[in-house]
Amino acid sequence: MDMEDPAMSMPPFHMVRVEGDWAHKDGVDLASWEVEASIGRDVNKFVLKSEGEVSDGVTHEAEVWGLYNREIAEFWDLQAGLRQDFAPVDTTFAVIGVEGLAPQFIETAAYAFVSHRGDVGARIEQSIDLPVTQRLIATPHLKADFWARDVPEYDAGAGLAMIETGLQLRYEITRKFAPYVDLNYQRGIGETAGRLRASGEDAGELTFRIGLRIWI
Amino acid sequence: MILIRAILALLLLGYCGTALAGDYTLVVARSPVTVDGNGHTALTINGQLPGPTLRFTEGEDVTLHVKNTLDELTSIHWHGFILPGDMDGVPGFNGFSGIAPGKTFTYHFTVKQSGTYWYHSHAGTQEQGGLYGSIIVTPKGGDIVKSDRDYIAVLSDFTAANPDRILTNLKADPGTYNFHKRTMVDFFRDIARDGLGNTLRDRLAWGAMRMDPTDLADVSGYTFLINGKSADDNWTGLFKAGEKVRLRLVNASSMTYFDVRIPGLKMIVIQADGRNVMPVPVDELRIAVAETYDVIVVPAQEKAYTIMAESMDRSGYARGTLAPHDGMTGEIPPLRPRTLLTMADMGMEGMAGMSIAGADMGGMPGMDMSHMDHMGHTTMSGDAKDEGPPRGWVDASTPAGLRALSYADLKSLTPQKDTRAPSREIIVRLGGTMERYIWTINGKSYADAEPIQLSYGERVKLTFVNETMMAHPMHLHGMFVQLLNGQPAERLPDKHVVNVPPGQSYSVLLTADAPGEWAFHCHLLYHMESGMMRKVVVARLAAGVTAPKAGG
Repeated sequence: MDMEDPAMSMPPFHMVRVEGDWAHKDGVDLASWEVEASIGRDVNKFVLKSEGEVSDGVTHEAEVWGLYNREIAEFWDLQAGLRQDFAPVDTTFAVIGVEGLAPQFIETAAYAFVSHRGDVGARIEQSIDLPVTQRLIATPHLKADFWARDVPEYDAGAGLAMIETGLQLRYEITRKFAPYVDLNYQRGIGETAGRLRASGEDAGELTFRIGLRIWI
Repeated sequence: MILIRAILALLLLGYCGTALAGDYTLVVARSPVTVDGNGHTALTINGQLPGPTLRFTEGEDVTLHVKNTLDELTSIHWHGFILPGDMDGVPGFNGFSGIAPGKTFTYHFTVKQSGTYWYHSHAGTQEQGGLYGSIIVTPKGGDIVKSDRDYIAVLSDFTAANPDRILTNLKADPGTYNFHKRTMVDFFRDIARDGLGNTLRDRLAWGAMRMDPTDLADVSGYTFLINGKSADDNWTGLFKAGEKVRLRLVNASSMTYFDVRIPGLKMIVIQADGRNVMPVPVDELRIAVAETYDVIVVPAQEKAYTIMAESMDRSGYARGTLAPHDGMTGEIPPLRPRTLLTMADMGMEGMAGMSIAGADMGGMPGMDMSHMDHMGHTTMSGDAKDEGPPRGWVDASTPAGLRALSYADLKSLTPQKDTRAPSREIIVRLGGTMERYIWTINGKSYADAEPIQLSYGERVKLTFVNETMMAHPMHLHGMFVQLLNGQPAERLPDKHVVNVPPGQSYSVLLTADAPGEWAFHCHLLYHMESGMMRKVVVARLAAGVTAPKAGG
């Protein structure tokens, strides 16, 4: 340990944030989670992310990402690593992307990935925290998935395949403990919509979720 | 036999009496303390928070044994003291590696100055945990300013939270302690007051820079203390009507600027950072982290006067009382409103705030100059200063007609010995990114930067350029600097802490007359811990070569 540097006298900084919510729609119980954890110092970090969704006990979406994170600009980090999907089907991806804060405080992440089956895709996520009061925070959010070609395993067509958008409203009882509601709309686009319908599902789904956001 | 004993006793007495050689023991420990009626475990010195007030005499050879009973490294730094580098107490400097757990380190130096100073840990975040105390040095011939009462007032910010946890939280979410953010409610209220266009322009201008004008203080949730006592505990200093009372204000906090006033009493500032100044009568003063100000007040009436020290972000206050008897309280004025930073604090008001001599203007982080033409004077409501809400970092809501102390008011009482013009200028850019909670000097964190090299005896001008929207109290160990505050050269005041407001430039002169490695850093604790520090090396010239003698 370098005793000279005050910054190095502290252990690496860590953060874990978990969001979990539940909805009940058309007789079906839906639960979803989103986890982000990081450990490291200012320039280099290791980031672990996970998200997924379970309906009536069946996990139809589960992703775990492990990324090396490096500061490349004042408000931007470069991230690269692996993404492992356990649902809808076991798939391993190599991932590269950027995460940061765009002007007007828009949290932004953009990734490109290629799966072990040779499928190439991309994802963009954006959100912005708008305080309604000091503890009530409204967060509009948007996620879009793109694929270079049709991916039957994901019921996805080429191009823009799926968007998920919504408005989360959380109340920070403490900064680290916040129950929330999320009005959430997911929709398959174009080709994807057709495939979803063919599988017996709706192309678009509006749910009202209730959840808890904690970080340590 | 009795005669021999008597002679021995007299000799012993004579020895103790003539040799000014104080021997002090300070034990650093984690102990139970009571703050504001609640029990806590804090870091203490000799079991006390603040640590005991040390009383030295100018010219005294002091020996201080600091014993570390913690299970982590500690160190004590004697803030504002001129002393050998290896006695300065900064781990990693001058071969000092801190005081290991269980060990005792003995500091030994001759006190070469007088006035009010303080001491604190220079290891990690221990200062926030309670390791601080005051030092009063009596001048050789006694104080020039005679007073009937002499009180120390150590202002500090106390938190029950683990200070390392505070820094981790700031790294994860820099706005985590800010409960005064601009909300949708504020948005609609501003539209009603200033119109949609002006309000949108203002929000978009700050959003473009990804900066928050409500960011006055990084940490909140503190209990503010005077001499370890909360506002309810009510530290009290007694007086008889008409007596001259000396109040030695020490800002021993980690992160808090205090606006100090005593309603009904004028404060006459006689010392700044331990150095005598020509007396300045003021109604209030803003004391930056690590600064000290000695003031004289003359309470004329047999009643209680409130010492009111509001935190700059108005999240709370420290309160004490000057009274004829114990148990009396004066009226506590309501907290004044919190200010909001403006584009002028970013140095963007027609570039007026940027008086930088020869500095490189390019590459200022986060400042997109192309938005300057959109900047109307948007949310400023009216010109009359005491009518609208406070705006700008400087605005403490000082009532019209009352006077707040400014650096320009400070004038050294004793003429400066070195009045040479500086031979070169060193630009010190204060920077940082709030979003990452990284703070820098000249674009670099301490770990990535080269030391600043000075030749022993040289006279330099340090120009601070604050590229951030927070004020930074900049502190150089081992030497005093002279503020270039408009006073004549021989009357420039000495300071060991220089507060640089947001968006401002400020120059000081320095005679590099202390050889060694000296820490140079922002005294906001979590900024220093996030990289806002440099090593300044003052190297002796080759043997046989002497520095030019200081003029006049």
